Amino acid sequence: MKIFLKLFVLLGCAFAVAAHAKEIKLLNVSYDPTRELYQDYNAAFARYWKAKTGDNVVVAQSHGGSGKQAQSVINGLEADVVTLALAYDIDAIAQQAKLLPADWQKRLPNNSTPYTSTIVFLVRKGNPKGIKDWDDLVKLNVVVVTPNPKTSGGARWNYLAAWAYALDKYGHDDAKARDFIKRLYKNVPVLDSGARGSTTTFVEREIGDVLLAWENEAHLAIKQFGVDKFDIVTPPLSILAEPPVAVVDKVAKKRGTTEVAQAYLEYLYSDEGQDIAGRNFYRPRSEKAAAKYAIQFSPVKLVTVDEVFGGWQKAQKAHFADGGVFDQIFQP
Amino acid sequence: MVPASTLHAPRRAAPRRVTAEPPFVRWLLIGVALLFLGLFLVVPLAAVFVEAFAKGVGYYFHTFNDANTLSAIKLTFITAAIAVPLNCVFGVAAAWAIAKFDFRGKTVLITLIDLPFSVSPVVSGMIYVLLFGAQGLLGPWLLEHNIKIIFAVPGIVLATMFVTFPFVARELIPLMQAQGRTEEEAARVLGASGWQTFWRVTLPNIKWGLLYGVILCNARAMGEFGAVSVVSGHIRGQTNTIPLHVEILYNEYNFVGAFAVASLLTFLAVVTLALKTWAERKNAALRGTGN
Repeated sequence: MKIFLKLFVLLGCAFAVAAHAKEIKLLNVSYDPTRELYQDYNAAFARYWKAKTGDNVVVAQSHGGSGKQAQSVINGLEADVVTLALAYDIDAIAQQAKLLPADWQKRLPNNSTPYTSTIVFLVRKGNPKGIKDWDDLVKLNVVVVTPNPKTSGGARWNYLAAWAYALDKYGHDDAKARDFIKRLYKNVPVLDSGARGSTTTFVEREIGDVLLAWENEAHLAIKQFGVDKFDIVTPPLSILAEPPVAVVDKVAKKRGTTEVAQAYLEYLYSDEGQDIAGRNFYRPRSEKAAAKYAIQFSPVKLVTVDEVFGGWQKAQKAHFADGGVFDQIFQP
Repeated sequence: MVPASTLHAPRRAAPRRVTAEPPFVRWLLIGVALLFLGLFLVVPLAAVFVEAFAKGVGYYFHTFNDANTLSAIKLTFITAAIAVPLNCVFGVAAAWAIAKFDFRGKTVLITLIDLPFSVSPVVSGMIYVLLFGAQGLLGPWLLEHNIKIIFAVPGIVLATMFVTFPFVARELIPLMQAQGRTEEEAARVLGASGWQTFWRVTLPNIKWGLLYGVILCNARAMGEFGAVSVVSGHIRGQTNTIPLHVEILYNEYNFVGAFAVASLLTFLAVVTLALKTWAERKNAALRGTGN
């Protein structure tokens, strides 16, 4: 018991010291593949904020599948800011928990998305199955790895990109697009709950011929594991993925962090913020950073959710809600 | 039961073979068992340490020199330090009531104690989200009073307690039942109070069994993943325990780091196992002399 007592005393001291060093704490609840991005960015923002105000900012991170993370915020995870994979998940926080206004997406430039990305294919070196386009994914002998669209934001972008391709190919015939998606998901042996889980399934456990991945996630896998292991295949048509950011008003107000939380998101649009996004393989919004990093992105025709599906609310309801198209076509 | 040796004392020098199987069958069975043990237990265990030291001893210790890792270790110890003593008190109380007294609803109580064993850990976590989450039963009230339970340390401790609830009680109930009530009855007759009976008679009788239960409870408390994962919120440096931190490191392509932290957990498990064996022996020896 003496040991426990000592432990408690020690812990007590540790907390006391932490309380003396005045610093602002923020919690950024984010989706899966942004770990490296925000690790870089949080350090940069802390420097910026220290120079500007003299205060120390420590940004804590929580990562997971985008839908799961939104659910945690709804259930009471006190995020000052959310940086999720798609607008629908932040809409859900606004609707179900009323923690921020419904028109949150209008508060920052570019639909509150400081960087964009798209969906590409990561294949084994030399592309042994010759995968060039979405068509190749439904071939009988191709094993596709993608996360679960019910919990993962990236997975929903994957699904919608494939659907957009099928609509384009079959002259906007919904039934044929549905059949295409059904055949595609027949080739999927595992549905991980988040994008990073799928990446480790593909790269570490060596399951599958092709990983449907965020462009940044595919580049990062190559950076981590070497150019001799994988190739990136950018299909001719894909979807413009816009992962938005927002201050969670009620939480920030309660914790007295509104000002710094706002600045944290605005700084993403600064030259430094944009450069960090480009360095981490996101497509920056600013022309300067976009030009600097243009060489790492292949040209691709990008369609948007608004054009093809009439917005996230409609897409979510038709495809991913309980009993939606995904539930109808996917039988494990 | 009367041991066979006392019946055939003279023939003890040449004991009869236990089985009549030919040697190759016996060796085959033993071989299969050893192979299985090796493949599914020893090799993975060794793999953890091989992976952990893949980049050398320096890198191994470098992994632990990280604020998030240290915080995960700290949180795991805090959680165990709260959950285990509380479950210990509860376990003793429950076992005492069940083994030494008769009352209505006893079987229901026994079943309830076993509940955490039969419920999936994920469900155990969800229970607390449904109860204490912002959209849950008590959520709005907690929010109003600014009390944080889930996605904070109290939630992690609660979930851990729920999952490790049965260990002490389950260990003590059969032991106390086997010991019977005679010694306690004698103490009462001689004028001891309930409290005295417990401290002087019951506790000394069950101490090794109790220690065994506490060790098991502690092992599970430090290793629990599922239930804690649901209520943690996964905030680095704040609400990650060792098992959750291992997953994060692994997902960040820091495989050596993940295995290094996992090796700490493995090491704790091995220490637990050694302690457990020791407690078990003491327990058996004591029971032997007791008879």
